[in-house]
Amino acid sequence: MEDGLRPAGGRPHAGKSGASKTSPVEVRVNDFALKLANVNGTGSASANGLLMQAIFRMGIPVSGKNLFPSNIQGLPTWYEVRVNKSGHVSRALDYDLVIAMNSETYVRDVKEVRSGGYILYDSSWPLDAALARPDITFLGVPLAQMCNAIFKESRERILMKNIAYLGTLVALLDIDMHVIDELLDEKFSKKKALRDSNHAALRAGYDYAKEHLPCPLPIRLEKMHATDDRILIDGNTATALGCVYAGATVAAWYPITPSTSVMDAFKEFCSSYRRDPDTGKNNFCILQAEDELAAIGMVIGASWNGARAFTSTSGPGISLMSELIGLAYYAEIPAVIVDVQRTGPSTGMPTRTQQGDILMAAYASHGDTKHIVLFPANPEECFTLAVAAFDLAERFQTPVFLLSDLDIGMNDWVCPRFKWDDAYRPDRGRVLSAAELEKMPRFHRYANENADHVAARTLPGVHAKGAFFTRGSGHNKYGGYTEIPDEYQEVMDRLLKKHRAAAQAVPEPAIRLQTDATFGIISLGGCDPAVREAVAALAERGIVGDYMRIRAFPFGETVERFLASYDRIFVVEQNRDAQLRSLLTLETSVPKEKLRSILVYGGFPLSSRHVVDGVTSQLQQERS
Amino acid sequence: MPTPKPGVAHPHLKPNKLGLTLRDYEGAPSTLCAGCGHDSITAAIVRSFYELETPPHMIAKLSGIGCSSKTPTYFVSGAHGFNSAHGRMPSIATGANAANRELTYIGISGDGDSLSIGIGQLAHAVRRNLDMVYVVENNGVYGLTKGQFSASADVGSKSKRGEANRFAPIDPCALALDLGATFVARSFSGDKAQLVPILKAALSHRGFALIDVISPCVTFNDHEGSTKSYLHTRKHLLKVVQADFVPPAQEITAAYEEGTTITVTLHDGSTVRLRKLAPEYDPSDRARATELLEHHRQRGEVATGILFIEKRAADMHDINGTTDVPLSKVPYEKLCPGKAELDKLQQAFR
Repeated sequence: MEDGLRPAGGRPHAGKSGASKTSPVEVRVNDFALKLANVNGTGSASANGLLMQAIFRMGIPVSGKNLFPSNIQGLPTWYEVRVNKSGHVSRALDYDLVIAMNSETYVRDVKEVRSGGYILYDSSWPLDAALARPDITFLGVPLAQMCNAIFKESRERILMKNIAYLGTLVALLDIDMHVIDELLDEKFSKKKALRDSNHAALRAGYDYAKEHLPCPLPIRLEKMHATDDRILIDGNTATALGCVYAGATVAAWYPITPSTSVMDAFKEFCSSYRRDPDTGKNNFCILQAEDELAAIGMVIGASWNGARAFTSTSGPGISLMSELIGLAYYAEIPAVIVDVQRTGPSTGMPTRTQQGDILMAAYASHGDTKHIVLFPANPEECFTLAVAAFDLAERFQTPVFLLSDLDIGMNDWVCPRFKWDDAYRPDRGRVLSAAELEKMPRFHRYANENADHVAARTLPGVHAKGAFFTRGSGHNKYGGYTEIPDEYQEVMDRLLKKHRAAAQAVPEPAIRLQTDATFGIISLGGCDPAVREAVAALAERGIVGDYMRIRAFPFGETVERFLASYDRIFVVEQNRDAQLRSLLTLETSVPKEKLRSILVYGGFPLSSRHVVDGVTSQLQQERS
Repeated sequence: MPTPKPGVAHPHLKPNKLGLTLRDYEGAPSTLCAGCGHDSITAAIVRSFYELETPPHMIAKLSGIGCSSKTPTYFVSGAHGFNSAHGRMPSIATGANAANRELTYIGISGDGDSLSIGIGQLAHAVRRNLDMVYVVENNGVYGLTKGQFSASADVGSKSKRGEANRFAPIDPCALALDLGATFVARSFSGDKAQLVPILKAALSHRGFALIDVISPCVTFNDHEGSTKSYLHTRKHLLKVVQADFVPPAQEITAAYEEGTTITVTLHDGSTVRLRKLAPEYDPSDRARATELLEHHRQRGEVATGILFIEKRAADMHDINGTTDVPLSKVPYEKLCPGKAELDKLQQAFR
């Protein structure tokens, strides 16, 4: 321990001090959490991603949370890895091992190690004695010195430090070296020099650990088969894939964190799948707009003209789009809007997660407006609900929000493989063909509604009889301009009925019932893994609750029934103002007092501990 | 595609090739003030489409908000109309065109809609060389909100209440030229003889065609002291370039003397003949066009005519490499990679 802090003779040194700890050693296989503290822009993301991918390939349930700053280079950044054989991989708040690679954040990183845990640091320089903690083990590896000895260029020396600590982790955690080798070979299959550098750095870190450190640590990995049929994917990529499979051809956007990778991925998929093999021309059009106002305008224009079109953005973008979202709502034009939520208000914390756009999405725009909102909880649902969003938008001729968040969108998640049914065909809703129009005496845009209260629309250029005037100004059911109260209200009332009808068509909530439940828990989106883990943990303590994850707005019968089934319901969400709870009280018959909030909105993904603590403390308060 | 049925027969109205008369290209009666310059532009648009024999349902007419933006209701009732939001027509048109490149797009805007709230969208539609005709019905004033100056009002121009404008005007033609517009023209609502050929040439141009039409506001900006009044415009209007449009089928007759005309062939084979009133004016020279505008501006004159044409410039779809079939008509089977491909792709997510 002391050796690690004050290397003898000023030379870097790391003793096998960990092994001599007196506390009883509890071996924990496939059940621990790591935190990697790095400097942004030094290449750590790649090494950390490899670490997570290797654990995934070993068949072990794992999650990786990138807690990064709004910065290109220089600011502190963290990456958390949680390994859990039972599959609970929401964010852990107890770190068994912290890899402290950023001297600026040493103080807080050392503090975050759980008692009995470990810290891995670069022992090329001595550690400040003030960092000493008798209850944890310091593991020093002279990473910088090693890399300086192996590599000549300064950039390579910095980059390879990351791979070197990965090598150390391979030894410490008993990661299958074969898996790492394979990953490096795949990654650098076309860059032999880079592959060799990576292997050299990896080996250096590994060999040093094997010689000087107590390998493996009591927290260690063992191969499983829990991820064999699974994939590792981020939500934004999954959303983009959903848009491709839904048949979207026009995409308009303005770059904004954390949604940018939706369009990056869409572009990439389109270049693979949407080039006409005969002509080489594109069966898609991606428009990088001048701002979000234009992006949504383009989506509305394209949808009006019969293409499946979408935009992807984040909260600030929705603020800018609000006026035209109202136009699409009132003129009844489909539009799919992907909102990858980040921390607001204003610029807020662009690289941090939140569920702060729930109310804005539900009611975006001035006047009386209500929208269909879908809440994916993981990348798999980003894929399936993206497809559903297009079907709902066209069936109900209205904007549909896909409300993802930074945690789902930008972090890699272990998911079941996506399924696809080749029999799927888009639900284009009520669109009149030339033949249908030919037979009609006259077409009126907003008349002759169906059971969903949707009137048939026409597409420009299809038939002379299909022409009509689309307008955001007051109109009657024939599509004509009006300022007459009754005519205006008739259309507005139908729009409300249409929105209510959508409650039967949107995805049902996911409900997990337990025997003898005494309360309910409601949550949505990316809270799901933490809430599921919390529900299980609480049940073990005899605090038994049923869990409903809401997947869409408007709320249907199932939501009402769940709300009616308990006297006490906890609503877990990631925003300050209890937006989901507000929406439930506004849009269902639930008495407000029944709903207790558990709110976590600091910008990092939810942990089950937040939920467990929230429930138990509120129950305690009730008893006292 | 079905051919539109001829309307009610008026023996004195001559049908075009589609069997449609001028009446068939009209719209609802105008609700603008009597004598509004915009109504004259509407009439010119009606005539242009009639003469070009465009099937009405293949026309998409779009607008933003303002007096000008009301006018799509008043022409070609058989066209698909979209009266959108203030300053946002260019983005709606961009998306619409992205989805279906087969339609003819005409956007009607005003000086408020284009040069203030919508200047960003206008600029970027120009940049993309979106294939559309964009008409600025320019009266220097906000009519619907009763007489505030717009961004095109000249310095010193007086409002109805006698207040003088103090801010420099934005010239949509100069702006469009600078942004790389491929067709830039200016005309006057009271000069149908000039406006109709310009509109027809613009409609036949592939790419972004901006036409700035000085269109006096009879209610709020037609008094002494206004530089966008009928009187002032007539006095200071200068036809720099006179245009005659010849559709592709029509034989070109030598009506003009050599040396004073220049013939520009547009992408669809139609031609526009420019009678060069200004000496040695070359409409393919962007710098010359900018210079011309400035030259006349300094003299208090409004230069009109087709100021600039760049043929064969790549439009938005050329730049994007979009397939020739409108995207809205590409069958789903061509768009969805299918199950087998998804299974294959997911090997990469391991």
